[in-house]
Amino acid sequence: MYKILKAKKLADKIFLMEVHAPRVASHCQPGQFVIVKMDEKGERIPLTICDYDREAGTITIVVQEVGASTTKMGALKEGDYFRDFTGPLGCASEFVSEDLETLKNKKMLFVAGGVGAAPVYPQVKWLHERGIDADVIVGAKTKDMLILEDEMKAVAGNYYPCTDDGTYGHAGMVTTMVEELVNEGKKYDVCVAIGPMIMMKFVCLLTKKLEIPTIVSMNPIMVDGTGMCGACRLQVGDEIKFACVDGPEFDGHLVDFDQAMKRSQMYKTQEGRAMLKLQEGDTHHGGCGHCGGDE
Amino acid sequence: MADMLKKVPVREQDPKVRATNFDEVCLGYNLEEAMDEATRCLNCKNAKCVQGCPVSIDIPAFIHEVKEGNIEEAYKVIGKSSALPAICGRVCPQESQCEGKCIRGIKGEPVSIGKLERFVADYALENDIKPVGAEKKNGHKVAVIGSGPSGLTCAGDLAKMGYDVTVFEALHELGGVLVYGIPEFRLPKQKVVAKEIEKVKELGVKFETNVVIGKSTTIDQLMEDEGFEAVFIGSGAGLPMFMGIPGENANEVFSANEYLTRSNLMKAFDDSYDTPIAAGKKVAVVGGGNVAMDAARTALRLGADVHIVYRRSEAELPARVEEVHHAKEEGVVFNLLTNPKKINVDENGNITSMTVVKMELGEPDASGRRRPIEIPGSEYDIEVDTVIMSLGTSPNPLISSTTKGLETNRRKCIVADEENGQTSKEGVFAGGDAVTGAATVILAMGAGKAGAKGIDEYLRSKEN
Repeated sequence: MYKILKAKKLADKIFLMEVHAPRVASHCQPGQFVIVKMDEKGERIPLTICDYDREAGTITIVVQEVGASTTKMGALKEGDYFRDFTGPLGCASEFVSEDLETLKNKKMLFVAGGVGAAPVYPQVKWLHERGIDADVIVGAKTKDMLILEDEMKAVAGNYYPCTDDGTYGHAGMVTTMVEELVNEGKKYDVCVAIGPMIMMKFVCLLTKKLEIPTIVSMNPIMVDGTGMCGACRLQVGDEIKFACVDGPEFDGHLVDFDQAMKRSQMYKTQEGRAMLKLQEGDTHHGGCGHCGGDE
Repeated sequence: MADMLKKVPVREQDPKVRATNFDEVCLGYNLEEAMDEATRCLNCKNAKCVQGCPVSIDIPAFIHEVKEGNIEEAYKVIGKSSALPAICGRVCPQESQCEGKCIRGIKGEPVSIGKLERFVADYALENDIKPVGAEKKNGHKVAVIGSGPSGLTCAGDLAKMGYDVTVFEALHELGGVLVYGIPEFRLPKQKVVAKEIEKVKELGVKFETNVVIGKSTTIDQLMEDEGFEAVFIGSGAGLPMFMGIPGENANEVFSANEYLTRSNLMKAFDDSYDTPIAAGKKVAVVGGGNVAMDAARTALRLGADVHIVYRRSEAELPARVEEVHHAKEEGVVFNLLTNPKKINVDENGNITSMTVVKMELGEPDASGRRRPIEIPGSEYDIEVDTVIMSLGTSPNPLISSTTKGLETNRRKCIVADEENGQTSKEGVFAGGDAVTGAATVILAMGAGKAGAKGIDEYLRSKEN
């Protein structure tokens, strides 16, 4: 059993939890994820790691209620337990094993959409702790849905919030912000884009045009998360890759997003889709400006 | 009195009924039937059946006890060699092992050794007969990676020798392939697997779930930081293989591992569990092994019309004869000498049909089986909405890539000595599918036993 030491609501249907999981906390790196199972009958749900404290043995996760299982999870309180909490899974972000001096000469741009801010945060923080300041764009549907703002500001070089409805920061989607920065004359060697698949797709289309190499973090359907089932397979260039063991981060210019999005819809039956729409209303992942909800 | 040429028939659920439920197909012997069948054993002095058993159970001795009605004694005889008899009695390929060697089999049917083993083991589970553990602990710590058949066997044997054993399991349930792979109707999870693992716990073995070795910690760290003096790797097979044909990433293409994991481990067949499964209405299972039969029979029970698509003929089917027989009885259709070419999809990525081609058998290949060759121009479409690929697995690199000095072979399997499980790294032993590639439960158990012996010898030699 894994104790929840802290549970906090960040925005509507978005929760942050700090969980005691010493084995995970002692080994995790930016870019990796965990699999959480609430109770005996629950699903195995992959969630990105938002933060970790090796000494305290804790992992911070951010959960968005999108289906029955995550809605149940959102109801958990401080002092409750997860039955299972496994990780860290997947590979660490590539820059973690890069030569620090080379890395210091690189200009990095992070683009986060919606809850994508959670997995972006530990990457930016890791760089900041090593004296590297990256630019960070965070997009949300509206001001109230923007998460982890103070945390992100504290570790980012430049921080650019965007809202689709213009209630805060730059008005418009994250892609227009990227374009604006490049038009201002900013040069980036690498872009890391994490958020809903549709947002990552459009960021990649843009950065391909701008010739900025781009890493994305894929979040396909998974079951075991250890390479056993192949549910999370993706077409990356001319290869089939498993997000759980080969990823979750890939060269965004090689990922077949259209196929990945179709595969993600698998378990969203007509009825399920209706329920999602009802539950999510206009609070869907957001930040991308392209998806128009979950359709 | 039993007909000496024939096995005492074992009761099974009616095929029509069982095709709609997940209850166990085979109902097993009762005491009277078991004692009756036991009289067929010739109690050979130089018993061939024992040679056919990868864990060398003293088969004539336990059957003798059954004949006398001493079932507890029979369990103790088996317990000397096997920690998981209720499982082996159900899933071992007895026809090619113990029963395949039985003298009775020359003129008639061999003794039903598997069903007798199962009867004895079930009796022990029902009557809570305790396994015999070590008299005292020796204080040496050993880590076992994976709680599947090889890991459980290795852990059980080491605990009986007095070692302080901890088993690390990556998933949330114990049992490895016994819980995620083999379906409920062949191997009941609560009634058999969980109880048999409970017996291993009673021997003093500790278990830690949700630990992915290579990620949550490494073998080097287990040995350097956590004080384990030896490690046994029984991490199992690994990544499912796909064919590489067009359309294979369509939504409803599953690996057999995924389909079975959803149904067995996550219990998607039971509505009270949260994990869904897109079971399909017309399902093609590609492959002819035991896993393919398990997937086909699972799909059938989830309400689908099921076809096995296999590129060779019936004689080459790698699955156990009993499994093929059961599948046919239940209504699985076999499209033999047929191979998929392409999976056809609509604009949403959903399967509309599968294009297959007819095959014929040519000259024998490296495996000794006749090589299947496409018959040009024989392509046709079969109407399916779901395809399950059951083509075997390739080793998972999580452990080999994170352990210094652990040698793997050309197929990326861990290299280990067959006799004692020793790998290229000192103090590290391995066995089961991680070493051999996908094989059987009992072979993995045999490797677990060899590993336990190897670890014991290694740690004793270090003391001296």
